[in-house]
Amino acid sequence: MDYTVIIGLEVHVQLQTRTKLFCSCSTKFNPDHPNTQTCPVCLGLPGALPVLNREAFHLGMKTGLAINCEIPAFTKWDRKQYYYPDLPKAYQISQYDLPMSQNGWLEIEIDPETREKKKVGIIRAHLEEDAGKNSHDESGRGQESKVDLNRCGTPLVEIVSEPDLRSAQEARRYLEELKLLLTYINVSDCNMQEGSLRCDANVNLHVHQENGEVTPTPIVEIKNLNSFRGVEQAIEFEVKRQWDEWQKTGLSIKDVPKETRGWDADRGITLGQRGKEEAADYRYFPDPDLAPVTVTDEEREQVLQELCERPASRRERFEKNYELSTYDSAVIIDQGRAFADYFEKVAEDCGNGKQAANWVTQDVLRELNERDCQISDFPIKPDVLAAVLQKVEANEITIKSARTVFQELLSQTDTEPDINRIQSIIDEKGLGLVSDTGELDAIIQSVVDKNAKAVADFQSGKQAAVGALIGQVMREMKGADPKTVRELLIKKMS
Amino acid sequence: MSITSATASELLAKMNAGEISSEEITAACLEQISRQDGAINAFLSVQQEAALASAREVDRKRQAGEPLGKLAGIPVALKDNICSNGVTTTCASRMLEEFTPPYDAHIVEQLKAADAILIGKTNLDEFAMGSSTENSAFKTTANPWNTAHAAGGSSGGSAAAVAAGFSPLSLGSDTGGSIRQPASFCGVVGMKPTYGRVSRYGLVAFASSLDQIGPFSRDVTDAALLLEVISGKDQRDTTSLEAPVPDYTANLNQPLENLKVGYIDNLHAEGLDEEVKAATLAALDVYKSLGAELIPVELPHAKYCVATYYIIAPSEASSNLARYDGVHYGYRAEQFEDMVDMYAASRGEAFGDEVKRRIMLGTYALSSGYYDAYYLKALKVRRLIRNDFEQAFQNVDIIATPVTPTPAFKIGELVDDPLAMYLADIFTTSANLSGIPGISIPAGMSQDRLPIGLQLLAPPLEEERLLRAARMFERETEWHQQRPA
Repeated sequence: MDYTVIIGLEVHVQLQTRTKLFCSCSTKFNPDHPNTQTCPVCLGLPGALPVLNREAFHLGMKTGLAINCEIPAFTKWDRKQYYYPDLPKAYQISQYDLPMSQNGWLEIEIDPETREKKKVGIIRAHLEEDAGKNSHDESGRGQESKVDLNRCGTPLVEIVSEPDLRSAQEARRYLEELKLLLTYINVSDCNMQEGSLRCDANVNLHVHQENGEVTPTPIVEIKNLNSFRGVEQAIEFEVKRQWDEWQKTGLSIKDVPKETRGWDADRGITLGQRGKEEAADYRYFPDPDLAPVTVTDEEREQVLQELCERPASRRERFEKNYELSTYDSAVIIDQGRAFADYFEKVAEDCGNGKQAANWVTQDVLRELNERDCQISDFPIKPDVLAAVLQKVEANEITIKSARTVFQELLSQTDTEPDINRIQSIIDEKGLGLVSDTGELDAIIQSVVDKNAKAVADFQSGKQAAVGALIGQVMREMKGADPKTVRELLIKKMS
Repeated sequence: MSITSATASELLAKMNAGEISSEEITAACLEQISRQDGAINAFLSVQQEAALASAREVDRKRQAGEPLGKLAGIPVALKDNICSNGVTTTCASRMLEEFTPPYDAHIVEQLKAADAILIGKTNLDEFAMGSSTENSAFKTTANPWNTAHAAGGSSGGSAAAVAAGFSPLSLGSDTGGSIRQPASFCGVVGMKPTYGRVSRYGLVAFASSLDQIGPFSRDVTDAALLLEVISGKDQRDTTSLEAPVPDYTANLNQPLENLKVGYIDNLHAEGLDEEVKAATLAALDVYKSLGAELIPVELPHAKYCVATYYIIAPSEASSNLARYDGVHYGYRAEQFEDMVDMYAASRGEAFGDEVKRRIMLGTYALSSGYYDAYYLKALKVRRLIRNDFEQAFQNVDIIATPVTPTPAFKIGELVDDPLAMYLADIFTTSANLSGIPGISIPAGMSQDRLPIGLQLLAPPLEEERLLRAARMFERETEWHQQRPA
């Protein structure tokens, strides 16, 4: 007997609009000042009415198109009704049977060695408003619970995958790729720790019996997942648990309804949650306060244009066009769109993608980390860095000297480093490589003439003897390229 | 002319002529309220000091020659399901008995901009559910014509206030007839505009796709004036219409040439009172005498109006009233065992029977397994009802019908028979279901001296036509000039 793991993920992503989905309250994360980013609408006061935030719909469309969904011409809003203190209207405005996008996919890499990829199906992605936040007395001493409605009304996109994932690792890869994609297109910051990305996992096994039959085990929905690693661990645990359970009880999907279990990260186990025997009846119906939304072909086209190249295809293009390694390409892409744009400008301008990649992934990235700053705030603009690298390409300075120039440009805090400063620094510090071989030749000749013993040593096989001669030439002619000097000396002595 | 029986237009003319001040008018209304509202119970709260202060301010502005709004110095009463900033808005329910909104409804902002005097909040059936104010948690409004009879509902307080001389103008809300029916019962003008003509922002929602705020007045001219002030697009209400607001009083006195008046042949409504029938036919004769052509109209799905309404309205209400949970604002029970019990206890204790009845009906109609057969089906029938009107208005300009099957019933007569109460909505619910505007104008008097109204209906956004047609009738008759003893 053997089994296949079947996983589907439901992901909620907070859209990074300035204001909420149906009112103009701020969406800023502000737990220290509860109930200050509220108004009659998101408080659900009597008489208040929702008004759609167009930008949220726009970002929702971008999201749907980014995951290759169809955007139907007609979509509407439905009320999902249930009672809970963090839901002031006692209904959530969501989308039920006509979501704003459906039938998409997200390609993920499932084997880093073979680079095998697979497309994970996406059933739908729809918009809905977030609820507020309850906080309970964790001590259990029976103090009051509190409700903060700052978050209530924040726009969410709910993305439901097909149960196409086959392992905990694939699930994690899916989340990582989704996060990369959605941060890339600037719709969300997808931070699980801060709650701007939430995930529930639906897991069961398909048991392959000896007689050839396939029996599915009951589906379990795992909640309370707080990190990508947690998702992976929880699924691994759950798979083992379900396999044990199957071997003990033989209960299949037909015998037991869908169960909800919570992940306990401290203990590393999932626990059954009581009191959910019946599925809630949300009594969905179209919200009579809101108009349906129609999407024209032009609008769809326009958002598609805005969408820009997605990370996966950009990764491939970097590998192909700039001859980068998979590793380097991934490092650059993973830093986000602005960083990749920076790299690309440097690469284009200096003409050497690999050189640009080295600098960008080592020197620039190191500086960004040390300064704790974003690429958009980095003082050396891509055209300036490209100009430095151009000089290396043209053999005007060594890479080592280029690093000196780089540091010198960074240390000038009074003005923004510009291209003209580069040559001045080179001149001031005497970093320029001499390309005038006539002068160099004369010095080499004179050094050779003055060091008959070293020349003799070299000619009798002591390769190392050239070292001292190089040193002498360099002293005479600062800015000589040691490589060139070595070549010329050897030529002269041979 | 007595202040408390004058029209707003008359009062405005007198103020502009310097013959009377807003303070005098307001004081006279407040005096009338204090003398007679004990017997009528039109008001749930009266903002005496604030009203007088506003009146004085308007008088000062008028003296100083400062610009004034269209209703400057005129008292207006508001149904107590319209949110007024800093003034309790109870919806006649224990659930909101102490609720003070932190904001004004859009129409309240418009009234303030028009320099109207907000005099008080009027009684209604709890959460606008009912036809007599007998479902109010606090008091029942009596009909000023005969206090043993109901003023009607749900906007009974607002209708009675105008009829009893407490305020020349008032506002109500109409979901299935809640302006037109009490207007008819109380012998005043009451109008439901086209759905979306007036903003619902700040109107405590009963049935979102049916609710509209509208004016009560003593004559058609006043109704036109008040309608103009409260109409217009509000960005905070997605369902409010972009359509520009015409000057509704400009051509009001111009009769409609070649008017085609539709009527329902064979007024066979069960329980249609003979006097109501007679008044309706007499009204049609008036139009005929003015040169109008009378044309019978077929509304084949009219017989489903009440059933359709009583699925859609409670369904939406069950959802709109779910927010009253005792958690965030409003009534919270004092004794309960856990969270779920807190919800149950708060709602159980603070909602009246009719509200609970409709919440249960609506919850049932939206439940899994029943949604298709009830709510969805009702929405489809609603489309057919609307199509009937579109069809009818191809052949006629307005449609004239009774407002209610009977004049005002006695208080207590129908309160134990909710179904009978529902069936009386037969003439009014069609306008809410199809979104068209409707007006009730005084058109008769029963033997018992109880008013009888005439309903006129027009296509969407044809309020101007509706008002002019109403004015044509009003000019030929004196029903609107009668006042209760």
